[in-house]
Amino acid sequence: MLAALVGNPNCGKTTLFNQLTGSNQHVGNFPGVTVEHKFGEVTGHKNWRVVDLPGIYSLRAYSGEEVIARNFILDNNPDVIINIADATNIERNLYLTLQLIEMGKPMVLALNMMDELLGNHGSVDVEKLSRRLGIPVVPITAAKNDGVEELMTLTAETAMNKQKPKKNDICKAGPVHRCIHTVSHVVEDHGERLGVPSRFAATRAIEKDREITERLALSENELELIEHAVLEMERESGLDRHAALADMRYRYIEAVCNETVVKAKESKERLRSERIDKLLTNKYLAIPVFVGIMAFIFWMTFSVIGQRLSDLLAMGIDAITAAADAALTAYGLNPTVQSLVIDGVFAGVGSVLSFLPIILVLFFFLAILEDTGYMSRVAFVMDKLLRKIGLSGRSFVPMLIGFGCSVPAIMATRTLSSERDRKMTLMLVPFMSCSAKIPIYAMFTAAFFPGKGALVMTCLYLGGMLVAIIAAKLLSLTAFTGKPVPFVMELPNYRMPSAKSVLLLMWEKAWDFIRRAFTVIFVATIVIWFLQHFDARLNVVGDQSSESLLACIGMWIAPVFAPLGFGDWRIATSLVTGIMAKEAVISSMGVLLHVGTDALAAAISGLFTIPSALGFLSFCLLYTPCVAAISTMKRELNSGFKTLLVVMSQCCVAWLVSYAVYLLAGVII
Amino acid sequence: MTLDKIQIGKKARIISVAGEEKLRCHLLDMGLIPHTEVLVCKTAPLGDPIEISLRGYTMTIRKDDASKIEVRPEGEV
Repeated sequence: MLAALVGNPNCGKTTLFNQLTGSNQHVGNFPGVTVEHKFGEVTGHKNWRVVDLPGIYSLRAYSGEEVIARNFILDNNPDVIINIADATNIERNLYLTLQLIEMGKPMVLALNMMDELLGNHGSVDVEKLSRRLGIPVVPITAAKNDGVEELMTLTAETAMNKQKPKKNDICKAGPVHRCIHTVSHVVEDHGERLGVPSRFAATRAIEKDREITERLALSENELELIEHAVLEMERESGLDRHAALADMRYRYIEAVCNETVVKAKESKERLRSERIDKLLTNKYLAIPVFVGIMAFIFWMTFSVIGQRLSDLLAMGIDAITAAADAALTAYGLNPTVQSLVIDGVFAGVGSVLSFLPIILVLFFFLAILEDTGYMSRVAFVMDKLLRKIGLSGRSFVPMLIGFGCSVPAIMATRTLSSERDRKMTLMLVPFMSCSAKIPIYAMFTAAFFPGKGALVMTCLYLGGMLVAIIAAKLLSLTAFTGKPVPFVMELPNYRMPSAKSVLLLMWEKAWDFIRRAFTVIFVATIVIWFLQHFDARLNVVGDQSSESLLACIGMWIAPVFAPLGFGDWRIATSLVTGIMAKEAVISSMGVLLHVGTDALAAAISGLFTIPSALGFLSFCLLYTPCVAAISTMKRELNSGFKTLLVVMSQCCVAWLVSYAVYLLAGVII
Repeated sequence: MTLDKIQIGKKARIISVAGEEKLRCHLLDMGLIPHTEVLVCKTAPLGDPIEISLRGYTMTIRKDDASKIEVRPEGEV
């Protein structure tokens, strides 16, 4: 059995999904964190699966998410719809409910955040609401797991009995009513063929919903009949088609709510949010506070907690490597295989794994920002700035996530309702320095700028943003000349982040990173080891290895980097391996220079001067993202050619900026 | 009068929502339909967009888009 979870953004949908499935899915307060639908088995209910659809306000298909949600219901025909609604914001939430009811599928309404409503002396007459809507209603508090078991029982019952919503005429007699009924008759047969009720088909046809009318396959004659009925309604009601239908639904909701809902006079949560907003969106303090928060997060991640844990882990890994090396020597293993294990696998994967703590700490903070609802305030505060480069405040969040990892950031661009903004944002995301590049920065800072880590990092991060701004300007003048989309976004109340969802997110990221370390990076290190230890005739070559396959590739590319001051083939080769994963740049440098993590800083300081080190850092900051990000980008752009174009242009930008930095630094220093 | 001209802290009632169809439909879906009471809460630090509250929730809209919403001003809160 399959249940589809549908609801507005910020109504606790993902929280409920987590309670139902115990899955490690991401919960967020920013409108539209769920970009793709996710499945989960319901705990304690065999054979029940639930799918978490994107948060939407309407089935009108205004944004990509609305299309995803609506088409899922139409095409996959779930056994039952669980519609979750925020009881503290019931009017707007029921708007979607009414549209879902029109689809005529078995359906249950879960009224969430009941604790908050009751705590503020509000209440809902659940039975009466259920009668008026014609569907079962269950009060729940998803965050506390209250009522979730009852919800599941009722959902199962509704699905077993194939209990469709009771026929319910929600329009009062009048022009709108007449129009809907006229059109219903016209589309009835078409709707039946499509498997949707005539009322749903009629309202979609009245609003000229292109996709649904195409699916209905109406004839010219029928379309004309419908248009005639609509024009008559528009004339009689004085409202156009969209306003008339929205008005009809909201009027019905207002009438139902007057009978069944006692609204909270004053919401404690609302007042608390207003107090917090006095500081966080304050006219003078908002931006300094934001910069302060981000600086604090980076400081904690890169200097205080993350870096120390990383150092500890690196020490542990080195100890294990040494022990394994000794054990293998004692065992008398074939030296080539031993070299594969120690120089290839242990050195490569080990150096990458030691950066796990940094990623954990960064995502811990990002999860808190997202869960509390601060991310949408960031969009509110930053909108005007982003509009200057032709984007909206919403693009800020994917870009911010880009500092963690480009992959989820590129995926998060799907929350943007405009195709233009979406594509532009995902092209800019890779300029936000991702956390996998930190090993490179950390190593070079240790080698060339000891004690100035924070300064170098800040310059790199700001540099990436500056390049992104220039790129955005150029893009909006050339490829994306369209109008910026309207920026309409809900500002949810601040909530305490739940420890569960923050920990789940950290676990998800850690697991993802470890998996990559043992798959992509594992393979990368073995490939590199192989290329390094064999020559073109597949003979084992010595450690000097200027004959090796890798040396050939590196030497072939190296001249490209000669003008930037780092023409050494080992550097060129490391950069190539960075396409596999950015962490691999440092690990393969370690392999190529035959040194462990502790001695690497000393080894690279011989290969670079300070200007060329700066140039190299700029190049790493800007050149092509890793394979995982490229593949995500390809999926979102839906074109291999465009993806290749983006990647190539990023490499060109990186080369140019790196050259400029190298020359400039050479003049200054 | 249009919504962007309403003073901070003042209420207004929507008369009509105009503008490009996509935005207009989205605003209608969010409950900004004629007769709805809207409170203008604040302006973003950089002067745009504005924060408004209606039907028990809060949302943000740019001044440009708000200027497409015809309203009748009401008294202070």
